[in-house]
Amino acid sequence: MKRLSEERAKILFEKLAKFIGPNVKQLIDRPDGTYCFREHRDRVYYVSEKILKLAETFNPNQLVCVGTCFGKFTKSNKLKLHITALTYLAPYAQYKIWVKPSFEQQFLYGNHVPKSGLGRITENTPQYAGTVVYSMSDMPLGFGVAARSTADCKLADPLATVCFHQADIGEYIRSEDTLF
Amino acid sequence: MDVVQEVLEKQKRDLERYKPIIVEKHLEVRNDVGMMLCSDPNDLDEKVLKENKEDYLRELTRDNVQLLINEIWELPTERVDECIVAKLPAPTTVLPRIRKVPGPRALTKWEKFAKEKGIKKKKKDKKKFDEVLDKWVPTYGYRKADAEKQKEWVLEVPKNVDPMEDMFQKKIDVRNEKVAKNEIQRMKNIVRAKKIDAPRAGYLGPEVADSKTLRTVATVAKASTASVGKFQEKLPNEKQARGIGVKELIPGTKRKASHIGGESEKEENLALIKSILNKKPKIDVERAISLQKRDDRIERDQEQAGGGGKKKSKKGGRKGRGGAPKSGKKPKGGMGQRAVKKGGSGRKRR
Repeated sequence: MKRLSEERAKILFEKLAKFIGPNVKQLIDRPDGTYCFREHRDRVYYVSEKILKLAETFNPNQLVCVGTCFGKFTKSNKLKLHITALTYLAPYAQYKIWVKPSFEQQFLYGNHVPKSGLGRITENTPQYAGTVVYSMSDMPLGFGVAARSTADCKLADPLATVCFHQADIGEYIRSEDTLF
Repeated sequence: MDVVQEVLEKQKRDLERYKPIIVEKHLEVRNDVGMMLCSDPNDLDEKVLKENKEDYLRELTRDNVQLLINEIWELPTERVDECIVAKLPAPTTVLPRIRKVPGPRALTKWEKFAKEKGIKKKKKDKKKFDEVLDKWVPTYGYRKADAEKQKEWVLEVPKNVDPMEDMFQKKIDVRNEKVAKNEIQRMKNIVRAKKIDAPRAGYLGPEVADSKTLRTVATVAKASTASVGKFQEKLPNEKQARGIGVKELIPGTKRKASHIGGESEKEENLALIKSILNKKPKIDVERAISLQKRDDRIERDQEQAGGGGKKKSKKGGRKGRGGAPKSGKKPKGGMGQRAVKKGGSGRKRR
């Protein structure tokens, strides 16, 4: 358990800003207590200070996980967000994509969203913006990156990818052992 | 006649109550009596299964259990305390292991070293001829200590040693120390084989400890006063112990700072977020090009519309009505906005 270095904190916030924009502030500046980001075995955890104080008493070698795992730093120092971060990304999401019920399962198996699977999309989504993927009944399913802007989506052919898959809730089962 | 009928009817009722012990099966069931296991290779009747799953499965299970029981009854039985008991044979079904097969034992430190250097274990003779005692003496074990006692009934006191020291006791001490050291090494080997973090062994005595441990011990001892070694005199060229985890041992040194940051961390993070959010966006080249193109097109359209109205207004360079645009490309329909209001007549038709 250690604080994120300046460099890594920057990488983290940049990544989060892609998805939730200025709402990143609200993750840090919460009225219901102090929350912070901690690094443990290259993974980033979002922990309340109360829990952190309790966790401090444990030997770091024996500590598996504290709080919510947001993602993992790769060897080349890039942050990969995990699906566990969805709980915090979904309510603040700036750009959203809704997938058709017929495509929900495909998405949950880790496939990109083609235009044929696209139900709705937030207006003026720019290209390569971080988007949260919802089912048509407004259940967050995962997140990805918009492959095309909203305007381009209208012109795209049905098989063209609209959203690149990054994480989906199917990972809770598929990669259970590496997630937390 | 009545009696016979009654008896027959009673038997019929009995038969209805109890199911037959003979079960017909399409394929024979495989029984492993030792494991009390019955496996049925027959296919399930899909139709009945769909109609009445519970009853069908119950019936099927009963039949199979009946077959198993039949086989158990064929075994020799005996009576133990009012109970009829059959001795089951050894099971034939091989079940998979729960855990993986244990691998080869990890080598001890000496075994590893000997293997590297190619040192082979030499077998010692069980008995050696002792010339002092003039008889065969065991190399180890039973009666070895006895022989030793007989042989060394007197011990020499070297010149450089305190003459009052008990040499016999010293010998015992040396031996005990060796045993203790061996025990520690045995423990270390176990720890190494299990791949767990071994606790610090601490100070093992002047014979065993290396210079690094000695220095650590000296530094720790020096700092272990009421004033954490502040008023302790320093030796010339004395060095402070260093290394991984040494600092934690020395009393009085600063503890590791708690990683709970408090307000300052929050402020720092907020400042960092602010700087990220306020970052000026990079030039979107694609968008810039498309904007530039649009502006060019509007300008061109304007020019063309103007050229249509007043002939040869500019240098007379362009001939004919609305000659080809400078870029040489055909204007495409449906791209961008046309300056309808400004031009008035729209795109020229050829």
